[in-house]
Amino acid sequence: MSEATLKVQFAGPLVTVQDAGRQGQMRFGVPGSGPMDRLSFAAANIALGNPADAPCIEISMGGLMLECISGSLSLAVAGGDFSVDRSGEKDQGWLIFALESGDKLSIRPGMSGSWTYLAFSGNLSSKQWLGHAATHASSGFGGGQLQSGQVLEITQTQRRDDRHGPIVRPSFVEDTSTFQVVLGPQDAHFSPKTVSEFVSAQFALSDAFDRMGVRLTGPELPLLGALSIPSEPVARGSVQVSGEGIATVLLADHQTTGGYPKIATLLSYEADRLGQLRARDEVRFSAIAPEEGIRKTRAFATNCQSYLDAIAVPKGTLEQRLMRENLISGVVTDNDP
Amino acid sequence: MTAAVFKPVADHAVLVQLGDQISDDLTARVQALDRAINAQMPQGVQETIPAFVNLLVEFDPLVTDHARIEAAIRPLLKNTSKAESTGRTHEVEVCYDGDDLAPDLMRVAEATGQSVEAAINMHLAAEFSVGMYGFAPGYAYLSGLPEKLQVPRKPAAVRDIAAGSVLIAGPQCLVTTLKMPTGWSIIGRSATRILRDDPARPFPFDVGDRVKFVRIDRSTLERAQTGGER
Repeated sequence: MSEATLKVQFAGPLVTVQDAGRQGQMRFGVPGSGPMDRLSFAAANIALGNPADAPCIEISMGGLMLECISGSLSLAVAGGDFSVDRSGEKDQGWLIFALESGDKLSIRPGMSGSWTYLAFSGNLSSKQWLGHAATHASSGFGGGQLQSGQVLEITQTQRRDDRHGPIVRPSFVEDTSTFQVVLGPQDAHFSPKTVSEFVSAQFALSDAFDRMGVRLTGPELPLLGALSIPSEPVARGSVQVSGEGIATVLLADHQTTGGYPKIATLLSYEADRLGQLRARDEVRFSAIAPEEGIRKTRAFATNCQSYLDAIAVPKGTLEQRLMRENLISGVVTDNDP
Repeated sequence: MTAAVFKPVADHAVLVQLGDQISDDLTARVQALDRAINAQMPQGVQETIPAFVNLLVEFDPLVTDHARIEAAIRPLLKNTSKAESTGRTHEVEVCYDGDDLAPDLMRVAEATGQSVEAAINMHLAAEFSVGMYGFAPGYAYLSGLPEKLQVPRKPAAVRDIAAGSVLIAGPQCLVTTLKMPTGWSIIGRSATRILRDDPARPFPFDVGDRVKFVRIDRSTLERAQTGGER
């Protein structure tokens, strides 16, 4: 079997190994972890011909530089706007390409986006915890955080030249600064005036932003009465408000229980979209009924499936490529502006 | 007894609230409901996360919705009124010897007006129950610390406290699994591995189980640590 080894020349903070996440262990204090942007992670894998949940490297704005020490393989980069530099050849992300012994790869943040995913045509050897390579960043459990000097081993590699080229981006993911939430579960801990301020005012992401969550700046959201709710379970996407009235959106590595009231909770795909923003980006929240949330999330899942099915097909000849790109626009016209 | 309240959480969960004030009875009812849901696993339920007064039911929105989850869980509430714990009892080994392993033990003894030996015996005599996990992987909040041993949390956290530290604050006790800062008082070090790498049984105890501490001496702790994994 073929193998490839890649040496990490530089890894920024919070560059981690992630698979689709370790669900089902929250009762033991273990969040799901996994990718901050689940659709981009799946897109990188699927476009490269991998299973949707194969371990990838999640790259933060700190960036990543690799050198291929041995072997030859195909790689995919998807998520955010990141730039890809292969031994001096510069490209945008959302790309599949080859790397051979001696090649250098540098992935850096571009104009927008906080996370991008690097998938490998082979198996990324990584430590597992509780059956998953997903990294829980604050403990380091799972595949772990990449360190400069580390060598990555990819086993069972194969070139996938018929997949090389750009990956079509998911055009159905909206590009608005308004994010949909369902109010609660503790909106009753806030006055109606505070709740209405929450859904009308403008907030922004602060730079207190990691895989656990992101603190927001914006109007203070005072709690009614003393901070007195018993510690209770916390979901990904929760907007929790501290005793000082400051909101934090909880993301992939969130604590599983906590005592701060949650004024609202983002729809799952909206939490991922917000996680791709950067510090100082502006956000607003729009409250919808839970039934509407279910309807929207099902529509989003249908779009995701059509999109992933379309990018799963090898690109093949130019004619085949043109055909398929037409098909993809056909799939997503419903939500195109 | 207040009625259960079902609160929708975004597009993927329902928070089932059985009351507002922490009590042993309420926590036992939450745990009984948790067992009932897991015994039946209504369609689309992915996991449940029990805490002191409520539990979160995570579901797959492509399969079910908030109303169906509520309809599946309401009939199970009947069985929670006379909840008795079916949890197992676990023994956790703890060494109380030495200022490095138990830096706050003497202060806790002084603050609670007893000798160090009396404080240790009180901790050993208590029966704890696992009320909730949280804060970090494997952090099980054990309730049942006797009132005569209770001290408030410190005003500021102390950094880099070793994994396996046995901590107390208020009515709760906890055995840490990671090197982390803590504002709780450190009264010993455990040799029992709480964090494992077995997906089928990742942690020795579940919510609702009972925990008793068993004293070990320093050489037993050191033997266990050198013989242990990780």
